[in-house]
This record gives sequence, C-alpha cells and structure tokens, in this order.
Amino acid sequence: MNAFTRFASNRGAIVGLGLLLLLVAVVLLAPLLYPQSPWRMVGRPMGAPLAGSFLLGTDTLGRDVAAGIVHGARVSLLIGVVSTVVALLIGVPLGAVAGYFGGLIDDLVMRFTEFFQTIPSFALAIVVVAILQPTLLSIVLAIAIVSWPPVTRLIRGEFLSLRSREYVQAAITVGQSTPRIIFTQILPNTLAPIIVMASLMVATAILLESSLSFLGLGDPNLMTWGYMVGAGRSRIIDAWWISFFPGVAIFLTVLALNLVGEGINDALNPRLRKEDRK
Amino acid sequence: MDLLRFVLMRLGKGVIVLFAIAVLNFFLVRAAPGDPAQVMAGEAGAGDEVFLDQLRQQFGLDRPLYEQLWAYLSNYATLDLGFSYRQQQPVLDLILERLPATLLLTGAAFFISLVLGVVLGALAARRVGRWSDSAITTLALVFYATPLFWIALMSQIVFSLKLGWLPNVGFETVGGGYTGIDRALDIIQHLIMPALTLGLFFTAIYARMMRASMLEVAGADFVKTAYAKGLSPAVITRRHIARNAILPVVTLAGLQAGQLVGGAILTETVFAWPGIGRLMFEALAQRDYSVLLGVFFISSAMVVIFNLVTDIIYRIVDPRIGASA
Repeated sequence: MNAFTRFASNRGAIVGLGLLLLLVAVVLLAPLLYPQSPWRMVGRPMGAPLAGSFLLGTDTLGRDVAAGIVHGARVSLLIGVVSTVVALLIGVPLGAVAGYFGGLIDDLVMRFTEFFQTIPSFALAIVVVAILQPTLLSIVLAIAIVSWPPVTRLIRGEFLSLRSREYVQAAITVGQSTPRIIFTQILPNTLAPIIVMASLMVATAILLESSLSFLGLGDPNLMTWGYMVGAGRSRIIDAWWISFFPGVAIFLTVLALNLVGEGINDALNPRLRKEDRK
Repeated sequence: MDLLRFVLMRLGKGVIVLFAIAVLNFFLVRAAPGDPAQVMAGEAGAGDEVFLDQLRQQFGLDRPLYEQLWAYLSNYATLDLGFSYRQQQPVLDLILERLPATLLLTGAAFFISLVLGVVLGALAARRVGRWSDSAITTLALVFYATPLFWIALMSQIVFSLKLGWLPNVGFETVGGGYTGIDRALDIIQHLIMPALTLGLFFTAIYARMMRASMLEVAGADFVKTAYAKGLSPAVITRRHIARNAILPVVTLAGLQAGQLVGGAILTETVFAWPGIGRLMFEALAQRDYSVLLGVFFISSAMVVIFNLVTDIIYRIVDPRIGASA
C-alpha cells in the first residue's frame, strides 16, 4: 500500500478531509452566499434560529449569525495558515542550523527555544497583541511567536539524525557546499514530518486566534468566530445560539484539521501505525 | 552533594528565564505605539501629567536606553512591578491578592486531568480495538478540538442556568456568611465547573499519550518475560506496563504547566473566578498595561517554579534520570 491508499482507507482522515473541503467551499462561496457585510443589521435582534428567514438566527444587534460564520471562516483559515507559515519560517531555519552544526550554536538555539517553551504561551500572545494593538498583523505575529518552538525541536532532531547518514556524508566528501547539502540533501527528507506538524499547527493557531478574539483581542474590522462567541456571552440565557453556532464552527474546523493531520501521519509512517493497531 | 548542585543549577536557570522575561517586558513597552510613560500609566493614568512625570523620573525615560533598562530591571528585581493608576494599588499587591484563587483552580484542574487522563488512557489501552477504546479515543479527539472558552460557556448554560446544579459564577456565595467547613464546601461547589472545563482539554491529551505509551511498553521485552514467568495479565498491566508508561505522561504534564495558566485566563474570564487570569482580562479591557505585564511576569514565575519542583521530584523518585542527565 502506498501512502495515498493508506490515507484513503483511514475513515477519520476522510471525514476530516470532507469537512475541510466543505469549509474551503464555504470560504470561496462566501461572496455569493452572503454578499452583504456580516456587520450589517438585517433583521430583528436575537431572532431564534429557523424562526424567521435566518437559518442560525440573529445576534443582539440583528446581524445574521450564519453570515458571520461564513465570513469568519475566511479569517480563521487565513490567520491559521499564515501564522503557521510564519512559524515555520522561524522554526525550520533555527532547527536546521542547530541540528546541522551542533556544538555551541546548537546549545544557544536550544536555550533560546526552551525559554520560549517555558513562557506561558497564551499569556505572551495576549501581551503581544494588546501592546501592539489588535490588527491582523499583530495577531499573526503573536501566534507565530508562540508556535515556532516545537518546529525547531522537530527539525533539529531530524537534522541530527539525517546528518550522520551515509548519503549526507558522501555529499560532504564530494565537496558539496553546506547550503546545498542543507537544502537539497537533508531538508527534502524532513518534509513529511513538517507537513504533519503544519496541519496540526493550523488547528492550534485557529484555536489560539479564536481565544484571542473571544477576549476582545481580534482585529476590530474582521468578523471572527471567537468574537461572535464573546459578543453573545452577555445574552447567553435568552439567545444561546449567538454563541453556540460559532463555537461549533471552530470545533469542526479544528477537529477536521487534527483528523487530517493524523491521517497524513499514519499514512507516512506505516510502521508506527502497525504498532498502534496491535 | 549532587542533588544540591542540581537544585542550584536549576535555580540559576530559572532566574535567567525570569531576567529574560523582564527584558522582554521592557522592550514590549517600547514597542507599543506612543510614549512609554503613557503605556506604563495605562489608559486611566495617561491624562495625569503629575503621574506621568513621576513615571518618567522613576524609570529615567529621558536618559539613554541602557539606563532605562537598568532602572526597569532593578524595579523588577525588587518585585516592584509598577503601579496601577486605575486601581490605585501596586501591581504586585493586586496580583498577590488574586494568586491563591488561580493556584487553587490550576492545581485542581492539573490533578483532575492527570488522574482522569491516566486512568482513561490505561483503560483504552487494555481494551484496544474494542468499543470502550473507541469511545475513549473519540472523546479525547473531541475534547482536544473543543475551544476551552466555548465549552466553559456551554456548561455554564446547561449545568447552572438550565439545570441549576452548580453555581453560575464566582468563587463563593456572596453574602453567604459561611465559615469553616461550610465555606470550604461552598468554594468547592463553585470550583467544580471551572476546574473540570479547564481540565478536559488536558485530560484528552494525557489520555491519548497514556494509551500510546501503554501500547509501546506492552511490546517491550521485559513484558514478554513477565508473561513467560506466568504472571497474570492484570498484574502485568498494573505493575509492569502502567508504571513505566506513566513516566512520559507525567513529564509531558509537567511541561504543560504554562498552557494550564493560559487556559486559566479563559476559564476565569467565563466563570468570573477571581484569579490572576480574570485580573488580566480586566486589565485588557482597561488598557492597564502595567498590570498586564505584571501578570505575564508572575505567571511565568509560577511556571518556572512548578518546573523546578517537578524536576527535583523526578530526580528523587527516578534515579535513572540523574544518571543520564
């Protein structure tokens, strides 16, 4: 069995992939489904789901909850993916340098990484966003700052073990330059664990973003799921749906990403999978 | 003695971490848009020229950057974390007042998640492939993906507003006038929901980890030996597999102290639990940056101390760690 068929035979992974494709479709179709701004008042405040013409009801200011969810999907995915890419851009080079060169450089990089792993990450994210003022940029930056350390540790470990492989030793012997060895010999072989980790990181980043905007640290110009849950909090007794449905959206998205990530992991590491089944 | 040297070394490391966080705080204040004095004064104090001048003088804001850094660090070294103009109290006093509630909440959540996670994970591993395993694995997957603040809100609706089983918010009944045992029971009633919702996410992590760890240890040679010498499966699971499998779970749990503190900010906000997380949320709403940075510093200190304690306990409990490190 190759990796693709192994992935396809994993029920959870297929469910996750289906959910994810649905989400992407929603994001792409948002301008068609709900062409109006999600901030616009379109109906009676706190209308129950299905009671009027609104599938998921309206919020305290008469805004359509479904429209908010559809538009919020774009923000969640965007922040999740971009902050993961930024975290990889910080984490991969650091881990590569530490693992390849070892010695003092490795020591320094790992101390630095440990420092960031010790700090309570959510508190750091809050402080960074609050002080730099909540904007799309500061939120992405804060999430990236707290997400890169595990990447560095992973890549360092991979580089440490791959460095001593014969094909890398051979490349050193024939006189390939260090950057060339790093980029063309070792890095491509770390791609599989990076992909697995990245998909799980997008899930964590989405959770982190929603937690920040729940606390009121979202970009004030963007409708986000976390903001919707937080905004519905004060009227939770009479209008539970305002907070309920955005939360379900976060849950399904994060679940889907975790399922897909694990599916890829199992597909790429069949040996581990077999042990798991025993 | 070896242990003493180890403790001193780890203490030194902890101090360096806290020093670095103080430096980080210093530069964060400078990274904020606007005058550092106004940032430190917060929204409430930014209009008071006398207070601003006092801050400028105290932190030497007209002098070179390294002197400012020195002034800032010396304040932190004496645990002077600044003054909250809004609350008219030193930041440290505000935090210390709220710290016990947070310690109670995070401690309870840590204990619940570790015990539940280990038990559920071990159960799933023993019944691998059967329906109870699938149920536990699925539940773990679900709680791992559920936003903490959302599940806190939802349990608030269900268990307190609809069913009326547990108190809605707060630390104890206001004006209840309870003392002694009654007061403790009252606080525990208020603690159940925040601690459980905070612990669920971590329970999910530990259950998954424990299950994987049990399955891994179950394939080890010494387990085969145990079977070969005729021990009963129950004894092998309990004494040979679970005991070894629990180590990586406890290590992970120790490393996640910081995450627990982060989760406490959300839980305390939802349940109006009077801890430092709630204080952080209030400071956020009032743009009281000194309090914000102070809470960040103290919660980091909490994590450093927690890691230090777990490291020392490990050294004593498991001598193998000392030999390898």
